[in-house]
Amino acid sequence: MSWILAAPIIIPFATAVLAFLFRHGPEGRWLSVIGSAGMLVASVMLMIEVLDQGVVAAQMGGWPAPFGITLVADLLSAVMVVITGITGLAVAIYALADIEERKEQLGYHALYQVLLAGVCGAFLTGDLFNLYVWFEVMLIASFGLLVLGGNRAQLDGGIKYVTLNLISTIMFLSGVGLLYGMTGTLNLADLHSAVQEVENPGLLVVVAVMFMIAFGVKAAVFPLFFWLPASYHTPAISVSAIFAGLLTKVGVYSLIRVFTLIFTTDIPYTHTILLWVAGFTMVTGVLGAAAMNDFRRILSFHIVSQIGYMILGLALFTPLALVGAVFYLVHHIVVKANLFLVAGVARRIAGSTELNQIGGLYKTAPFLAFLFLIPAFSLAGFPPLSGFWAKYVLVKAALDDGGYVIAGVALAVGLLTIYSMTKIWGNAFWKPHPAGVKPTLSSLPTKDRAALLIPIAALATLTCVIGLFPEPFVRFAERAAEQLLNPEPYVTAVLGIGGAE
Amino acid sequence: MELLVALMVGVLVAASVHLMLARNVLRFLFGMILISNAANLTIFVSGRLTAEEPPLIPYGADVTVVGAANALPQALVLTAIVIGFGLFAFALTLVYRAYQNLGTLNSDEMRLAEPEPATKSEPSKTYIAKDTTP
Repeated sequence: MSWILAAPIIIPFATAVLAFLFRHGPEGRWLSVIGSAGMLVASVMLMIEVLDQGVVAAQMGGWPAPFGITLVADLLSAVMVVITGITGLAVAIYALADIEERKEQLGYHALYQVLLAGVCGAFLTGDLFNLYVWFEVMLIASFGLLVLGGNRAQLDGGIKYVTLNLISTIMFLSGVGLLYGMTGTLNLADLHSAVQEVENPGLLVVVAVMFMIAFGVKAAVFPLFFWLPASYHTPAISVSAIFAGLLTKVGVYSLIRVFTLIFTTDIPYTHTILLWVAGFTMVTGVLGAAAMNDFRRILSFHIVSQIGYMILGLALFTPLALVGAVFYLVHHIVVKANLFLVAGVARRIAGSTELNQIGGLYKTAPFLAFLFLIPAFSLAGFPPLSGFWAKYVLVKAALDDGGYVIAGVALAVGLLTIYSMTKIWGNAFWKPHPAGVKPTLSSLPTKDRAALLIPIAALATLTCVIGLFPEPFVRFAERAAEQLLNPEPYVTAVLGIGGAE
Repeated sequence: MELLVALMVGVLVAASVHLMLARNVLRFLFGMILISNAANLTIFVSGRLTAEEPPLIPYGADVTVVGAANALPQALVLTAIVIGFGLFAFALTLVYRAYQNLGTLNSDEMRLAEPEPATKSEPSKTYIAKDTTP
């Protein structure tokens, strides 16, 4: 059974090796597309398995848990891997037309695949130190992608990205060390019961906060988000899109995982911190976006703002709130990656992402305008798109819990989101182009046009489908949230009945 | 023994925070090395420090001597050192390239990706930076 869990990790690694060997020819980019498609297939198979059998676990190398390294997939892990597969494939196709040959020869596609492997590994691992290793795999690949090509803005953004992420890594590592010293285990399922027996619960909270900071930096929450708007708008569009879609969400996933499975000993304390963090993250992100004047920089700040909603779901810690968090996570990855992809096309045909240097897209490229509207409205939470349901569930959860203030904040932030979306709309789409250029999609070479627009259209369709038929997705999120709140099946799947293999 | 190492970790963290607060990115990196070593020592201590009992299984026995150190954190430290070394090598190269291309190590002057708000109203010329590298 272990192959089905390992496949979403092994396929991208194998593709990375092949793509690196063929980086000088056109084969490299097609290998990347084929590898991503293979990963998507593997992740869907994993999902079917998890839906069928409940939590699936496998011990790598045959060492029984908690001594060996465990790979484990519950519904949350499985859906994250599937969504990684979908965005991974979409961006791989987009990269066919987006990445210039010079960057391909420097190994863009290999790094991209390693990044996907790292993300999947982080979603599937059942061991805290192994999670650290996957974070590093992901980080080193993202460092490479971020500065690939080495123009000056990239180096500038790269320094901030690298340094702050390294600090988070060290925090994570120290937390792992201290937690091991207290409990004697690093297996997530084993930790679930081991933390109950820690003699000094106060120390446990200290370690919990260390993890909160470490994952908080990765997830870009207030006040640890500065690296994100400093760097995400500098690399190639494909890189921006995959970062925006997946990387911060790995941080959110890790937060959800450890704060539902391990650090639930002092919920009033830790989750109250998370609630404040969620509120401030939403507000600072959206205000930052309102002050920006560049397509991609507005979107970067919106990532921060949206992360706040997911943390809100975790902080409320009610079944409905976790449903909202899971739903939001999935919806956001699709929408955010898509918006960056649209920004890329806008830059290709209108010449820039700086809003006061472009315009006129609505008149001459109405199809692109339409493709922008779907994710933009979804991000702001317009019915009947996916963002509406995600926000609706979260606000309802907050109101049920008596959190009127935070519900109000969430709604106000939604309104401000519309403000910056209309800013992009008004400037990039309605206003005439300042240089008199008439940007049209037909100015793109036919092959590029297909590679750029198909992923955008596919992701937009997915947004609509989630929005129009939300019921199966909400049902799914309910089951995932139930697994998070009752980790017994997870623990049993990893450790066997009664904790012994 | 634990106390001594704990003190050392404290000193290392203090020194690294001092270094990391500097504007000079290179000093920041040196701070980073120190603090990552502090983290490694923290893990090392969590597996008990025993001076004369190596975590080896004696001939003919199945388990280690009672009271010997736990070998797992030592393995974790090795992994962490290797990864940390790789990351640091990358970061050092990045800083060097940034110094070559941006001409500064002062983090306050690194505003290329985020230009000053004053220039916001007029079209920014620095935004799509020309690639100056050969």
